[in-house]
Amino acid sequence: MTDTITSTVVPATPPARMPAAAAATGSTPRRRLRVPGSVLGLVPFAAYILLFLGLPTVIALATGFLDGDGAFTWSNLTALGNPVVLSAFGNSLWLSALTAVVGALIGALFCYAMIGAAPTGALRAVVDAASGVLAQFGGVMLAFAFVATIGIQGMITVFLRDSLGIDIFADGVWLYDTPGLILPYIYFQVPLMIITFAPALESLKPQWAEANAMLGGSTLSYWRHIGVPVLLPSFVGCLLLLFANAFSSFATAAALTSQGSQIVPLQIRGALTSETVLGQENLAGSLALGMIVVMVIVMSAYSALMRRAARWQR
Amino acid sequence: MSRIVADVHPGPGRRTRWIIIGVIGLLFLVPVVAMIEFTLRKGLGGGYDLSRWIAVFSGGLGPEYKPIFTGLGNSLLLAVVTVAVMLVLLVPTMVLVRIQFPKLQRMLEFVCLVPITIPAIVLVVGLAPVYSVIARLFGSGVWTLAFAYGVIVLPYAYRAIQTNLAAVDVVTLSEAARSLGAGWLTILFRVIVPNLRRGLLAASFISVAVVLGEFTIAALLNRVNLQTALVVVNKADPFVAVIFALLALAFAFVLLIAIGRIGGRPHSSHRSKKAPA
Repeated sequence: MTDTITSTVVPATPPARMPAAAAATGSTPRRRLRVPGSVLGLVPFAAYILLFLGLPTVIALATGFLDGDGAFTWSNLTALGNPVVLSAFGNSLWLSALTAVVGALIGALFCYAMIGAAPTGALRAVVDAASGVLAQFGGVMLAFAFVATIGIQGMITVFLRDSLGIDIFADGVWLYDTPGLILPYIYFQVPLMIITFAPALESLKPQWAEANAMLGGSTLSYWRHIGVPVLLPSFVGCLLLLFANAFSSFATAAALTSQGSQIVPLQIRGALTSETVLGQENLAGSLALGMIVVMVIVMSAYSALMRRAARWQR
Repeated sequence: MSRIVADVHPGPGRRTRWIIIGVIGLLFLVPVVAMIEFTLRKGLGGGYDLSRWIAVFSGGLGPEYKPIFTGLGNSLLLAVVTVAVMLVLLVPTMVLVRIQFPKLQRMLEFVCLVPITIPAIVLVVGLAPVYSVIARLFGSGVWTLAFAYGVIVLPYAYRAIQTNLAAVDVVTLSEAARSLGAGWLTILFRVIVPNLRRGLLAASFISVAVVLGEFTIAALLNRVNLQTALVVVNKADPFVAVIFALLALAFAFVLLIAIGRIGGRPHSSHRSKKAPA
């Protein structure tokens, strides 16, 4: 599996060249240095990666093709066509797409506002740290935060109800269902956009603005002819990363939704904790396979776009 | 020249900038404020007091809150072991690849970034059988989770160290040390590691922050860590769970501010220009 991913994501590095690389290194005059037994030095890390990244991935994907007795079967894959599973994938996909688009737009707007802020200033330091915390380490805490904000007794819910007479749960409590995930997801998507998109904006060279001005261009023409075309690959790339991020996110949803398996990661949990969800064994493997297929497609497109974007970042 | 640049600068005007930052910043503060407000509520009667915070800090919590302290202890232990796994396995490999096998560089980078593509929830499906073997070999101690955590911190740790490594001419330094008669261990520990101090520290901090926030793997492998304990306690007493969540967020924030101070932006003039920051 790892080989398949290698060739799709990084086509520039054919695995066949790898063994030759070590020999070639020693012969070039610049690299006179020889670490004794240096190939052995790569073994611990390689073994670790094989055991804790390669093996689990292979097992996760392989169980999708095994029946209860460990024999090969295609039948688990038919579970992916089950209406319950399909609706979970549908929910995951629209939730990820929606929050990625909203998160990318708000995040890009924030990055735009940060243009010209001192790179070592306090504002930048606080924004970087806060974005890091919210984007990567929120998880369970974000669920708590949104229960405290728009839960049944949440601060905003109570305020809207008592002061403005608006009941946000008039049509039923939606916070613990899929729509309830939208706001928490946007809350961690925007910071991730800020982290990943800010470097692209920093790569806009002042000379381009000068050239634009000398040719009589306005701010509008700067963005129309320079800014947007240069940034577009980065923007779409970051959008895809946000999509992948939401698609693979589990903790917030697990802490927020107490019952039901509306999105794929929750369905995997269900399949893992109670062996038979659709009366089918090894369903977790099939679901994992489905997720990986989506992730590999999205992340391949992401790395292709990022290589395109890197052209302007030298 | 600078006047022209100022006039055509593509960024927003001063006022627009602060309006955007202010509005988005305030919106993002709302849930945090709501959490604080929530922990101060006095009960059904309304009104606010500090009693829950006092109880947390004076140790006045009953045995029903024990999971939180167990989880916190486990998470701290995991953070330490994960950082150790990361430093012992990743750092020598990165240095070795840089000095000896530069053609493996792209391969190593690819491997280190793979965990972003494989969701933790997928990894856990395959980790379950792996861990049933590990439990037989090493027992079911919580520290064994650190092997899995070492994988999920890989992308973050790799980036932090690589930024530093790219800015240091390790090959020349090693050759110099070698020609002065230093052995390989001396080179690694007395020449290379001191030069990578910033990257290693940043990588360790970010690993600690990731481990403290990890939920998926611990929850599905039935181990107790800070996050799974918070979910459990939240069902009995959401107020105290939210207090600990706030404290954990604040701690992660401080860690990341520290990373920004230490490793984020190299300040030395010559090297930082060559580095592809």
